[in-house]
Amino acid sequence: MTVISDPPSKSAKRPNRLFRNIMAKIASIPMVVTALVVFVGCTAWTITYSFTGSRMLPKTKWVGLDQYDRLWDTDRWIISIKNLAIYGACSMILTLFLGFCLAACLDRKIRFESAFRTIFLYPFALSFVVTGLVWQWILNPDFGLQSVVRNWGWESFTFNPLNDPDTVMYGLLIAGLWQGTGLIMCIMLAGLRGIDDDIWKAAKVDGIGTIKTYVVVVIPMMRPVFITSLVLIAAGIIKLYDLVVAQTGGGPGLSSEVPAKYVIEYMFRAQNLGQGFAASTMMLCSVVVILIPWAYLEFGGRKRG
Amino acid sequence: MSNVLKSLLVGTALTCASTAQAVELEVTHWWTSGGEAAAVSKFADAWNATGNTWLDGAIAGSGGTARPIIISRILGGDPMAATQLNHGRQAEELIEAGLLLDLTDVADAGGWRDIVNPTALLDSCTLDGKIYCVPVNIHSAQWIWLSHAAYENAGLDVPTDWHEFVASADELQAAGTLPLAMGQQGWQQSIAFGAITIAVAGLDAWKGVNVSKDASVARGPEYTAVFEAVVAARELARGSNVQDWNLATNMVITGQAGAQIMGDWAQGEFAVAEQVEGVDYSCLPGLGLNAVLDTGGDAFYFPVNDDPEITAAQKELAALLISPEVQVSFNLAKGSLPVRGDIDMSSANGCMQKGLGILADGGVLPSSDITFSADTQTQIEDLMAQFWSGDMSAANAQASYADLIESAD
Amino acid sequence: MADLSANTASGPRGPKPKRTFSRTNIFLYGTLLLVAFYYLLPLYVMIVTSLKGMPEIRMGNVFGPPVEVTFEPWVKAWSEACTGINCDGLSRGFGNSVRILLPSVFMSIVIASINGYALSNWKFKGSEVFFTILIVGAFIPYQTMLYPIVILLREIGLMGSIGGLVLVHTVFGMPILTLLFRNYFASVPEELFKAARVDGAGFWQIYFQIMLPMALPIFVVAIILQVTGIWNDFLFGVIYTKPATYPMTVQLNNIVNSVQGVKEYNVNMAATLLTGLVPLVIYFASGKLFVRGIAAGAVKG
Repeated sequence: MTVISDPPSKSAKRPNRLFRNIMAKIASIPMVVTALVVFVGCTAWTITYSFTGSRMLPKTKWVGLDQYDRLWDTDRWIISIKNLAIYGACSMILTLFLGFCLAACLDRKIRFESAFRTIFLYPFALSFVVTGLVWQWILNPDFGLQSVVRNWGWESFTFNPLNDPDTVMYGLLIAGLWQGTGLIMCIMLAGLRGIDDDIWKAAKVDGIGTIKTYVVVVIPMMRPVFITSLVLIAAGIIKLYDLVVAQTGGGPGLSSEVPAKYVIEYMFRAQNLGQGFAASTMMLCSVVVILIPWAYLEFGGRKRG
Repeated sequence: MSNVLKSLLVGTALTCASTAQAVELEVTHWWTSGGEAAAVSKFADAWNATGNTWLDGAIAGSGGTARPIIISRILGGDPMAATQLNHGRQAEELIEAGLLLDLTDVADAGGWRDIVNPTALLDSCTLDGKIYCVPVNIHSAQWIWLSHAAYENAGLDVPTDWHEFVASADELQAAGTLPLAMGQQGWQQSIAFGAITIAVAGLDAWKGVNVSKDASVARGPEYTAVFEAVVAARELARGSNVQDWNLATNMVITGQAGAQIMGDWAQGEFAVAEQVEGVDYSCLPGLGLNAVLDTGGDAFYFPVNDDPEITAAQKELAALLISPEVQVSFNLAKGSLPVRGDIDMSSANGCMQKGLGILADGGVLPSSDITFSADTQTQIEDLMAQFWSGDMSAANAQASYADLIESAD
Repeated sequence: MADLSANTASGPRGPKPKRTFSRTNIFLYGTLLLVAFYYLLPLYVMIVTSLKGMPEIRMGNVFGPPVEVTFEPWVKAWSEACTGINCDGLSRGFGNSVRILLPSVFMSIVIASINGYALSNWKFKGSEVFFTILIVGAFIPYQTMLYPIVILLREIGLMGSIGGLVLVHTVFGMPILTLLFRNYFASVPEELFKAARVDGAGFWQIYFQIMLPMALPIFVVAIILQVTGIWNDFLFGVIYTKPATYPMTVQLNNIVNSVQGVKEYNVNMAATLLTGLVPLVIYFASGKLFVRGIAAGAVKG
């Protein structure tokens, strides 16, 4: 948990408020400017223009909620949301589960720990574009996994997730997990290393088995680690775009479309900025819905304590 | 150099295409397939031959990838010197915002009004009487490309229209050939839909929907037949796992697939593969039923630039792109039709001659780039992607389509 | 389970590995090897494919080793692959990527470390508010910001220049890096800081003389994260630059998506590996430091 140190000036006397910590304030100017101009300013700009009928260029032609009406009336947007929900739920659960299990395995004082760790972490160094391409290649039915297994003699073997509308999201999931689990494993491993040895001794004395110790004792202690991981994974899921473009291009049909892709395509391909902005505003809302409870837990609840 | 001298130079540049100064112009485009790259190098060679430099800014991955980059650079005040865009309505707002160069003087000097055929091409470059783009080619989308190898292999005659093709599909399939190659992207499926519409529903129905935007026609019986034909066609394309259009073309070239519905740019791929029209492949405009072509195409726009030297060079390039020799060499490589009717295209192959013949007879339709906004087109493409790749029923697809037409602009 | 001997706090937990093949060990190593197989398979496929000629690729089997090893795809990917009429492969993008990477990493880390330091040791009224905005900003899809940033860059005259792209990377790297540094500096014992204050040291003195020397592990994490993120960036690179300054990822996309005739998977794979080489080398070289740094910075948040 965060150790928030007291402001140093509490012990000092209080001069003019503005000049207190003047150096710190000057040093924070880039951060303040970034926060206000880029994050608040640009977001507000985007939200404002989502209420206009802007096409290729932003114009203040107000249309009220028309863009939102149309958005929620569009099949593609609904499909995108459903796809993201499927991908998000699976990715969240599996990444946490696999990340924790791998970290726990590595923490069992095994040999070649650093080799395994490097193997699990290296995909994180590769971009989603690369990830998408490689898995597209491996999952290609004509010369990838399916054809290889068939050549071994199992003629009826069918594994062609990317060309089946019902399974294409799981094809993306295979690639997404490959790329992202390593980092979560690393964070979990760091968390496991931070748990006091005495806990294990106590568990041993009480006769609690290894797995039970993990579930009952260790995991609850790692709550902050899980929260950090959860937020990192969630941020990645909402931004899911590059992987889809590189691996499936949203196809077959619309069956692997995601919201971020809807935003980009309506802004630029359809040249309907208002529609794109409305969609990105909806994405923003979902981010805020996810983040507010977390921000409250992290900062709000403990601020005065 | 004084401004007077410069404008004099511009004047001469329009006719003799040569300047004293070498200028480097960055040109962005999304022509990256084999045939396309061969074609664009004709432009570059011609431009370099004038002593200037063509700085190629190719962006791979179709117009969808390239357009945001092009538009944000123009908006960001750091524009390229020239850029490809489909003409029609894509650039309207950029023109209104004063971001694109007015080419009216170049057009007047070159007599574009008289030479560009069909004149509709120039109209779509025109806003408030001023001309803002150079049309460089005419592309038509209503073609079906047939593989002779695939039909020989199945022991069949090569079909001469869409109905024969559909009838032959079963036997092709029995011979282990995929009847219809189809890239799984909305714009390709939308092209196939358009071509089937013209073939099955006829011209009046097509115009009713695409020009008059009459939703009642889209709900009518002609269109019901179209959607049912597409349902049949999508079964013929099941198992076509490729995404890119040229990979689908490649299936026809290699005889893995019987046919592909694709625009005339597919011709460039056959040319690169050294295939001969009538021997290795056949092409049927309007799917062999209604021999009409739409007249979309590519055009070049020239973003406004502060530097008078670059502006002069931009106008010089504009004049060059439409000059007779460049038009011939470019269009022969690209497989598209030239924008001027006054040049000798006798070296063109059979498919292009068919196209030229239709053009001369006036069998032309406006392209969807001109009749629909990009927004409506994207919505139609989304619907087509959903319809072709899934199991949406014809009735549902028709209902959604009619709704789109109702709100189309 | 066997003995639970006392470990040092930083060492691995759990029992010491047994030399014998106990059931647990077989299960443990079996699982790890199986997962390692899943992780290594794509890398193997990339390498093997990049060493094959096109005829061999057409025959199928992606997993088979190359019958005839050829480095031609690598040469082609580096210096010959065509996009449009430019046939100079990835080589053009490498220099640009380096030119973008170095100032971006430097700028973003300097600013973020000062932010983190100010946030943890020199709080002022409203500092937490700005920090919260930053953190929420980290989760906003970049696409939302693309358009207004084009306008911002135009206003300050940096559109299309490397400077503009460096600025964008600095801005978007700031949230996560600031979080890392803030958490790290917050874990530094307060007594150190107070003692320095009593000695009369100011904001910058404490930063340079006390905080910086202690912050090596977190700097390593920051550098690794930024190098990876910036090197792999495609979206900003393609929107905010122009052909003369395209980074390597944009060239990679161009090569991979320029299908001339048939897809040259071997060249694509070689290009992919070449592009991923820089971050890969950094990961393979710094695995242990990375974990240590993560433990110091990320976990506490």
